[in-house]
Amino acid sequence: MKTKKTSQVGSTGPATGTVALLVATRKGAFILRSDKARRAWRTTGPMFFGQIVHHMVLDLRSNAAGGRTLLAATSTGHLGPTMSRSTDFGKTWKEAGSPPAFPKAPEGQKGRAVGHTFWLTPGHASEPGVWYAGTSPQGLFRSADDGDTWAPVSGFNDHPMYAQWTGGEQDGTPDGPKLHSINVDPRDAKHLYVALSSGGVFESKDRGASWAPLNAGVVADFRPDKYPEYGQDAHCVRLHPLAPDVLYQQNHCGIYRLQRPGVKWDRIGEAMPKKIGDIGFPVVLHPRDPATVWVFPMDGTAVWPRTSPGGKPAAYVSRNSGKSWQRQDSGLPRSQGWFTVKRQAMSADAHDPVGVYFGTSGGEIWASRNEGAKWTCIARHLPEIYAVEAVETGK
Amino acid sequence: MKVLIPTPLRSYTGEQSEVEAQGGTLAEVLADLDRRYPGIRFRMIDEQDAVRRHIRIWVNRDEVRTLAVPLRASDEVIIFQALSGG
Repeated sequence: MKTKKTSQVGSTGPATGTVALLVATRKGAFILRSDKARRAWRTTGPMFFGQIVHHMVLDLRSNAAGGRTLLAATSTGHLGPTMSRSTDFGKTWKEAGSPPAFPKAPEGQKGRAVGHTFWLTPGHASEPGVWYAGTSPQGLFRSADDGDTWAPVSGFNDHPMYAQWTGGEQDGTPDGPKLHSINVDPRDAKHLYVALSSGGVFESKDRGASWAPLNAGVVADFRPDKYPEYGQDAHCVRLHPLAPDVLYQQNHCGIYRLQRPGVKWDRIGEAMPKKIGDIGFPVVLHPRDPATVWVFPMDGTAVWPRTSPGGKPAAYVSRNSGKSWQRQDSGLPRSQGWFTVKRQAMSADAHDPVGVYFGTSGGEIWASRNEGAKWTCIARHLPEIYAVEAVETGK
Repeated sequence: MKVLIPTPLRSYTGEQSEVEAQGGTLAEVLADLDRRYPGIRFRMIDEQDAVRRHIRIWVNRDEVRTLAVPLRASDEVIIFQALSGG
């Protein structure tokens, strides 16, 4: 964990303007907008009312018209999945011409069908209009026209090891196995990471043409072989944008850090308090400091309630790459707070101090203007929250 | 022929509950429907040409599960969608 030796790429100063939270829920999407001080928040929506919104992401690169494209991956309980695009920050939406879909299987063979698109990631800065999407069942898709039409990344989806890497339906989450945590190396558009629940972390150095597992050191304590080459359950993986050799992973079995070009993950969650453990869904990085990372622990004992341990919700932050952790629960319920925070439902803004935000499955959004030192509930009574993405919206 | 559209799909048809589409098979009718109302087919039929789990399609009084079923111009296609959930 030698962060001082980590190579850094183009750093920008802290943001100072207004912030928006892009909130995806089981019953629609909402946008929360702040004032410059990030004290007052206004909720707008719902958009896609009644539909399941799995992820809503703003592309920070300019689109062809000079604006920014917002994508939302949606489905309903009954209709097939789709994708919608907005170029006016959610005022109007247009459905994608061709949402992610697997190729039609040859006659007589069983083909795969996308249940829903779970994860969206804008592509590399040098490739405007490129997006990646991860689906359930596990599929990687790419758009080169700003999310309008999507093509399978066959290097992954049709890899000879696909069946072994992804396991079966029983290895997935209750609403289906997922490909998520698509990370693009800001130094190299060809260098990609993805993660599978279950399956683990995989890396491509040729824009998705070929892939290799990247799971050394990560335990899979639900298997007889505790340290397999693949088959781990990665919950969330984040690559630091300014130090792209640093990756953090919240796994089903612990919190990990990987320093490239190394290939063995360190279980930095070992330094968490034993009574809390190091199980959770999200992991959030500081936009400027690769040594700072937040997690939101959950109860992974017995039947896995996935709620805050002991009914006492708290974030934990490490300022030293996971060597030690501090509890951050000021403002959060002291008891009877049974929060579940999903893997996409926690994020950070780019201010100084950084704002950290999370949404709960109970429909509350909590914000901290001071890097987790104090939390305030800024929205409640929303539907079950699936994703919260903080974006800078004003000067 | 006449195609009856369930409420969750009427955002595609300008809120019309009843629309026209042409074709000699159900596959052709659904393709024509998608030309007229882009995107509507994929919400009902997956990429393997299977009718999605909560969608039911009837031709006159018979439920059909294959897109190859032949149709006549006088037939009526009725699309249903289950609304179970919570």
